[in-house]
Amino acid sequence: MSAFLAALLQYKFLQNAVLAGALASLACGVTGVYVVVKRITFISGGIAHAVLGGIGVAYYLGQDPLLGAVFTALGFAVLLGLTNLTARQHEDTIIGALWAVGMAVGIIFMALTPGYSVDLMSFLFGNILMVTEPVLWTLFSLDLIILLVVAVFYRQFLLVCYDEEYARLRGLPVKALSILLLALIALTVVILIKVVGLVMVIALLTLPAAVSGLFTHNLHRMMALATGLSFLFILGGLICSYQLNLPSGALIVVIAGIGYLAVLAWQRFFSLAWRRKKTGQKLFP
Amino acid sequence: MRQVGKAIEVCRVSFAYTDRLILEEINLTVEAGAFLVVVGPNGGGKTTLLRLLMGSLAPVRGEIKIFGQPPRKTRRLIGYVPQQTALDRDFPVSVLEVVLMGRLTPNSLFPRYRREDYTAAYAAMRAVGVDGLAEARFGDLSGGQKQRTLIARALAGEPKLLLLDEPTANVDPVAAAEIYQLLARLNRAVTIVLVSHDLEYVTAHRRQVVYLNHRLSLAYPGGRSPDSPADRPGREMTGVRGEH
Repeated sequence: MSAFLAALLQYKFLQNAVLAGALASLACGVTGVYVVVKRITFISGGIAHAVLGGIGVAYYLGQDPLLGAVFTALGFAVLLGLTNLTARQHEDTIIGALWAVGMAVGIIFMALTPGYSVDLMSFLFGNILMVTEPVLWTLFSLDLIILLVVAVFYRQFLLVCYDEEYARLRGLPVKALSILLLALIALTVVILIKVVGLVMVIALLTLPAAVSGLFTHNLHRMMALATGLSFLFILGGLICSYQLNLPSGALIVVIAGIGYLAVLAWQRFFSLAWRRKKTGQKLFP
Repeated sequence: MRQVGKAIEVCRVSFAYTDRLILEEINLTVEAGAFLVVVGPNGGGKTTLLRLLMGSLAPVRGEIKIFGQPPRKTRRLIGYVPQQTALDRDFPVSVLEVVLMGRLTPNSLFPRYRREDYTAAYAAMRAVGVDGLAEARFGDLSGGQKQRTLIARALAGEPKLLLLDEPTANVDPVAAAEIYQLLARLNRAVTIVLVSHDLEYVTAHRRQVVYLNHRLSLAYPGGRSPDSPADRPGREMTGVRGEH
């Protein structure tokens, strides 16, 4: 632990990693809560994986892969938002197809580009230790967009997630709001790809929000708590990665998973004990 | 507060989902200030009729007017109380937040609710008797309290027409009786259309009733089954027998 602190003060790349972790926590804490309460994990996973297509094409064209990721993520968000609302019965199939075909396209274009292999691994499994300053600025501006949109449309998102039919009756543009929400999730996915890689994005998107949902029943408190928790998970993963010399992305996800299971087990034990006490009181007053 | 004129005019309306015909040749007129109960079997099209009245579905044929205008234009005048089972029990939302949803309008881009929104929400919660539960989580409420909260949400929008989908399903008999009392009180100010399978209430309180099973037939309160031969088709309704 102290070795990590000393290294943190010394090395710029570690400072960047912690900063990237903080920026990523903010994004996944806020939008992750929507993923969990609206139960759209599968859509989010689909977007995360399909983004590889955009990254591959950007590589092939010699463009910034992060930019390619942003555009494909947004494109898929709009596409899935439209199919979700029009062809409800085929939703699963469409997401599954996008998921796999997107990845396949990415791999083909990367194969067509000479010298791709190291970067492919870093996009699949993330490498928070390679975050540079310009990337930090990109993450920062994506965060800003996400927070601003959620601040303005918080009430609308709440109603659309909770009761679509009532939202329609109130005259809200349900379709546009749903697509906007998916777009925010897409941007979050892009940020998280830098941290844990697209294969494991879904863990940071759902686990911190799920844990916070066990503690509070209020959407914005859930967001604050989820942000804090994901920062803890990322920091924990970084420290372990530094000490054990193992890949950071995988450790972050494992720590998040352990945290979720631990809280679940603790809550279950606690609520059982509490219930027993309560029924005991009812039976023997 | 008594309203005059026609709240609902449904003229020869048919509706189908892709290949399944749900509603056929529905004719229905509801006077402003009335209290109409729609009964009928599951899958008979009761909820679909409510959705048509709200304008969230459009009829395949025929015309619907709410207070003399097409439903899309009069959404603001309608309060809707959905079946509580349609809502996610685990959703993290408080009673106050649910009621405030009734105040949201498409052009409220200012990202906070205003003071008058809170005033209206608390007034609605007082009217249905859930003002003490403002901070409680909606999912933790009893069936009756949930139903009252959803009624409060509909009232918060200051509607002239209240549509309710099975308001006494998942509610114990005492709470159901209280909800009916509440609705009778609310009926002094708003027109009410209620979808229900609760024939006992209908016959006990002599409400105006129609029977819906793909088609609409007139039914009279007073203990007779809606299918009994004594039913005569009214002028506005298409009589159907031997259909169900």
